Amino acid sequence: MLTYILRRLLQGVIVLLAVSLICFVIFRYMGDPVLTLAGRYATQDQIQEVRKSLGLDQPTYVQYVKFLWNAAHGNFGKSYVSRVPALGLILERFPATFELATCAILISLVFGVGFGVLVALRPYAWHSRAIMAGSLGGISMPTFLTGILLIMIFAVYAGILPPFGRGKTVDVGFWRTGLLTVDGIRHLILPAITLSTYQLAVLLRLTRAGMREVMAEEYIKTAWAKGLSPITVIVKHALRNVLIPVVTMAGLQFGELIAFAIVTETIFQWPGMGNLLLTSIYETDQPVIVTYIMMAAVIIISINILVDIFYAVLNPKIRYD
Amino acid sequence: MTRKRKRSKMLHSFLHDPPAMAGSLIIVVFLTAAVLAPWITPQNPYDLETLTFDNFLTPPIWKDGGQMPFLLGTDDQGRGLLSTIVYGCRTSLIVGFSVVLIAGTVGVLIGLFAGYYGRWLDAVTMRLADTMFSFSTTLLAILLLGVFKKTGMGTVIAAICIADWVRYARTMRGSVLEVKQEAYVLASRATGARDMRILFRHILPNAIPPVMVVVAVDLAVVIMLEATLSFLGVGVPITEPSLGMMIAIGKDYIYAGMWWMVVFPGAALVVLVVGINLFADWLREEFNPKIERTG
Repeated sequence: MLTYILRRLLQGVIVLLAVSLICFVIFRYMGDPVLTLAGRYATQDQIQEVRKSLGLDQPTYVQYVKFLWNAAHGNFGKSYVSRVPALGLILERFPATFELATCAILISLVFGVGFGVLVALRPYAWHSRAIMAGSLGGISMPTFLTGILLIMIFAVYAGILPPFGRGKTVDVGFWRTGLLTVDGIRHLILPAITLSTYQLAVLLRLTRAGMREVMAEEYIKTAWAKGLSPITVIVKHALRNVLIPVVTMAGLQFGELIAFAIVTETIFQWPGMGNLLLTSIYETDQPVIVTYIMMAAVIIISINILVDIFYAVLNPKIRYD
Repeated sequence: MTRKRKRSKMLHSFLHDPPAMAGSLIIVVFLTAAVLAPWITPQNPYDLETLTFDNFLTPPIWKDGGQMPFLLGTDDQGRGLLSTIVYGCRTSLIVGFSVVLIAGTVGVLIGLFAGYYGRWLDAVTMRLADTMFSFSTTLLAILLLGVFKKTGMGTVIAAICIADWVRYARTMRGSVLEVKQEAYVLASRATGARDMRILFRHILPNAIPPVMVVVAVDLAVVIMLEATLSFLGVGVPITEPSLGMMIAIGKDYIYAGMWWMVVFPGAALVVLVVGINLFADWLREEFNPKIERTG
């Protein structure tokens, strides 16, 4: 088990190195940082000066090692646009994205699994048909459209929820949270629902398929025959076995969640990392883009490793090689 | 079962599955409209000569101020919504089918070789595929296009292909691992057949069915992805038609009560994707491979 975890960690480090190499290439060869920093009308001498100050006159491998060294110390350079450290910019926006993503994943897990069980137990009841039709809509509606339609219905026509922003926030230490004020929670509802919809539909379909398979197993028949209560049979005997692949899938889809968070944050002008990324893309702000990619990679890889370990612990059948 | 009987059985199940038939009907209607776009639309919204600024932001024809021939109204540049939707669907379908064809071929070949030869080739490609998969096609495509800084339908197709081949490679590889243990493959190898013959004559045709389900699901995913990218402003440029772009424009007008600028292109997109997904659901039941639907 320990060797398995160590192996996974080592693999994670290798992947991170690969990502850092790609980031370095982006940083170095896509768009000229010298021109960006020195300005379009700089003289040859000024350009040389900037090139030297950035260390761009050194051989490529020296530059890469330097890039890695700096990255390991959290130094990704300053944003070209706002002239402050890129990592600070991203970290400042991390809580907003974290709260949005966590709420979304909770909504999709609770409702996805709940509805999935409901549908699997009574596949031909009218409510099951309605839920399945809804899930087809859920996987067929792109996130940005869901968001705009929700804004149209609840903000523009009904006027009961705010259409954009994060509302009132409270600082708890370095963490700026919107979860402690009523206004903050009202602002969170629409974006969280938007971000959760697609994943909710995916998890629902997965739970349904798993439950239908498990409910036909012999040990479930035994459990019924023993006269256990339906709750015990369904939750303790069946659902527990279905949850392993469902939670694994939820973890593995974290990259997707981050991608859809970019979309959701743009629509609701949510002050998170994804919103910052798009602005930086429009402004060709390489340091911020690179920092974002590295951050996203660290988050996704960590979650993948955690999911793998969780899976290995829960499922004794898995081989550790 | 012979291949022919298998096919007639599939046709039978298809004809007894109303959602699958509805899905295919939707696909056929959209394909026809996309191919015939220049002849059936009242206006070519991307021909600058036919655009006049007199009739921008008109409502649908049944509302006050609606004008012929703009049945569903016009956008802020005076482009008819109906015509733009038809041209936009054309873009969606071109991007969708191109990606499925290119990424599918590349992914299937990689999966075929990785699954058959195993060892380092398998280890390297599947590690890469796992990693890319965990970043998700959507995130990779956004980042690639953000870094490329070059918009255009070709760039969008290229970016999605780079991000998307892994889906096919993983499925194909899994399928190949199963098929290569089959007796007919072992027998063929025992008779001294060369690798290429075994790969393309025996393994490829028998390992492909699960990939067909991925093709259908992926077509829906890619069409949604193109719309998303264009909505975000990193997809097709503003000079080309796209449903995502239309919705991005319409978004600014929802506060003014002009719901039609979002709802009509949105409905076209959702109906098209639902149609593809209905067909994909039927294919999945038909081949019943144990694969999950993921983005």
